[in-house]
Amino acid sequence: MPASPRAEAAARARRFWPWLLLAPGLLWLLGLYLLPLLGLVPLSLSEPLSRFGLETVFRGRLATYLEVLQAYGPILWRSFGYAASATAIGLLLAYPLAFAIRFRGGRWQPLLIGLVVLPSLTSYLVRAIAWTSLLGDNGPVLALLQSLDLTAAFNGLGLLRDGRLLNTPTAVILGLLTNQLPFLVLPLVLAMERIQPCLLEAAADLHAGAWRRFTQVVWPLSRPGLAAGILLGLIPAAGDVVNPLFLGGPNERMVANTIDNLLLVQLQAPRAAALTLVLMALVTLAVLVQLRGRGLDGLPLP
Amino acid sequence: MNPGTLQPDRQAPLQRPGDRPVIELEKVSLRFGGQFSGQLGGQFAGQFAVEELSLSIAPGEFFSLLGPSGSGKSTTLRLIAGFEHPDGGRIRLQGLDLTGAPPHRRPVNMVFQNYALFPHLDVWDNVAFGPRSQRLAAPQIRRRVGEILEVVRLSELARRRPHELSGGQQQRVALARALVNAPAALLLDEPLGALDPDLRRVMRSELQRIQRELGITFLLVTHDREEALSLSDRLAVLHQGRLEQVGTPRQLYDRPCSAVVATFLGAANLLPDSSAGGLRLLRPERLRLSETPPQQGECGLRAQVRELAFQGATVEVRLAGRDGLAGRDGLALIAIDTSANLPENLCVGSELWCRWNHADTHRLADCPP
Repeated sequence: MPASPRAEAAARARRFWPWLLLAPGLLWLLGLYLLPLLGLVPLSLSEPLSRFGLETVFRGRLATYLEVLQAYGPILWRSFGYAASATAIGLLLAYPLAFAIRFRGGRWQPLLIGLVVLPSLTSYLVRAIAWTSLLGDNGPVLALLQSLDLTAAFNGLGLLRDGRLLNTPTAVILGLLTNQLPFLVLPLVLAMERIQPCLLEAAADLHAGAWRRFTQVVWPLSRPGLAAGILLGLIPAAGDVVNPLFLGGPNERMVANTIDNLLLVQLQAPRAAALTLVLMALVTLAVLVQLRGRGLDGLPLP
Repeated sequence: MNPGTLQPDRQAPLQRPGDRPVIELEKVSLRFGGQFSGQLGGQFAGQFAVEELSLSIAPGEFFSLLGPSGSGKSTTLRLIAGFEHPDGGRIRLQGLDLTGAPPHRRPVNMVFQNYALFPHLDVWDNVAFGPRSQRLAAPQIRRRVGEILEVVRLSELARRRPHELSGGQQQRVALARALVNAPAALLLDEPLGALDPDLRRVMRSELQRIQRELGITFLLVTHDREEALSLSDRLAVLHQGRLEQVGTPRQLYDRPCSAVVATFLGAANLLPDSSAGGLRLLRPERLRLSETPPQQGECGLRAQVRELAFQGATVEVRLAGRDGLAGRDGLALIAIDTSANLPENLCVGSELWCRWNHADTHRLADCPP
């Protein structure tokens, strides 16, 4: 039987609707993310026309990438090192926190989650500036360490430099850590939310003690949250500008500061573009490793 | 059903007098809001979830706890499993006082209502969870898991994840996962509740087969009276946290000691006892409907049909008494019989005689609670 024109129109509308709903997001991504990013490709292959302007001419020069990697390889390495350290320490803090919120939070759970998110409500720039006074030479943190006679020990561990906290890797990593903590806690709480308490009861009933209940049930079932947390924490941290600028010295600059410097101070747009693309490639690689690894794979998602 | 023939109770397991009970509850009480971890804190705080419950379950027995929701039957099971700890009383398992022991140190295993299978483990690893917790040797674990998967007929699906299984298969995994630990008693919390009626019937006989095959004590919690009556060696009826009566299905059905037990185990006519006061129970299948008045030695009552419900094998007839003399006017009666035994022209509004033998009635409160 041929479909009536009305039914045909309805079917067309059904096919059409999802695209309409997708359109704003897709246009946004296309216009403000993908196109500018693609625009960087020819720029990175160009040469500056003069030393005093941003005008460039396309030469297909691949050597820029080699120069950039040679010159800024250590900074890239340092950036990912800082980001990874901050994420690792962050997870050590976030995991028990998320566990406590999920399994011991009870009716306080929404409030506790709110408290975790609360710091993110202030601008991260303001937070970084606040940290400079906290970690400064006359700040409370150093005063506490001095009163506990720990300055020398911390110097020895390399956490302080000449008795100072500002302009050390420690300060930068602490700054990155505070930025990403909510992004580590929230996915973990969400993942643990899906661990029904009856699974823990079942494990206890099957003669598993507290440690085995954790390693065999809670840990494997919270791993998707862990994977999401690592992605959400590591990637923004690797590209952070503000924390190294305020809390670190010249030796703690990260790759985003370098890109900023290349473009706006040295007026080396092609190099800045090349370094940006290298950073993007590395981040994409990290995401792919996470997604294809044990992270989300093999876990039944409801 | 022919009211004249009594079906014997299903063969009770051999109980040697020296056998000590597997599960023994002695005056166990639990109040809401105290130790109780359930959801009903505020509103019911201070009330008893379980009150002075004493029970003793013999080795190899299929025992059921029957009661409406909120009667405390699931709580009782959780007390035995160790998920709740009583405010008073003792819990002994295999003669050992384990009142305060945590769940993982108790020799019982549970089949959860929603199965609580580990979603990240396949069938084999789910079943092997308990033996691994107890650090059995690898070959022994392999042998035991393999055997129990044979018993529940799941060997083919050992590498499937729970979400790849049907409800009935998940149910079998839950059974195997508990049974593989060779528990002193298996605790089943409404295990068939989530299954559709046909599967229920299949799993019911499966439960019975597995229990006979392994000889393990089963303690079943259910609100389904048919399930409890057909499976149990003995059963207990709980009502508002208290034990109403314990006995064999036949005893409880035919000789209940209270109206609660009588009506919970099946449709019941509760007739006022003219001689001694109180109530007498007359099961609807023992009530005969006929055009002719009761004969010598029979009891009878004129009644009018109010409702007719065809139920396949049987017809359920609801009637109202029309006897102005004995104060039984308007007395609601219910009769269940095969269509063949009912008068042919029966319809709503017809008046006829309800007849029964006095011996088929049972005086409530005739037995000790």
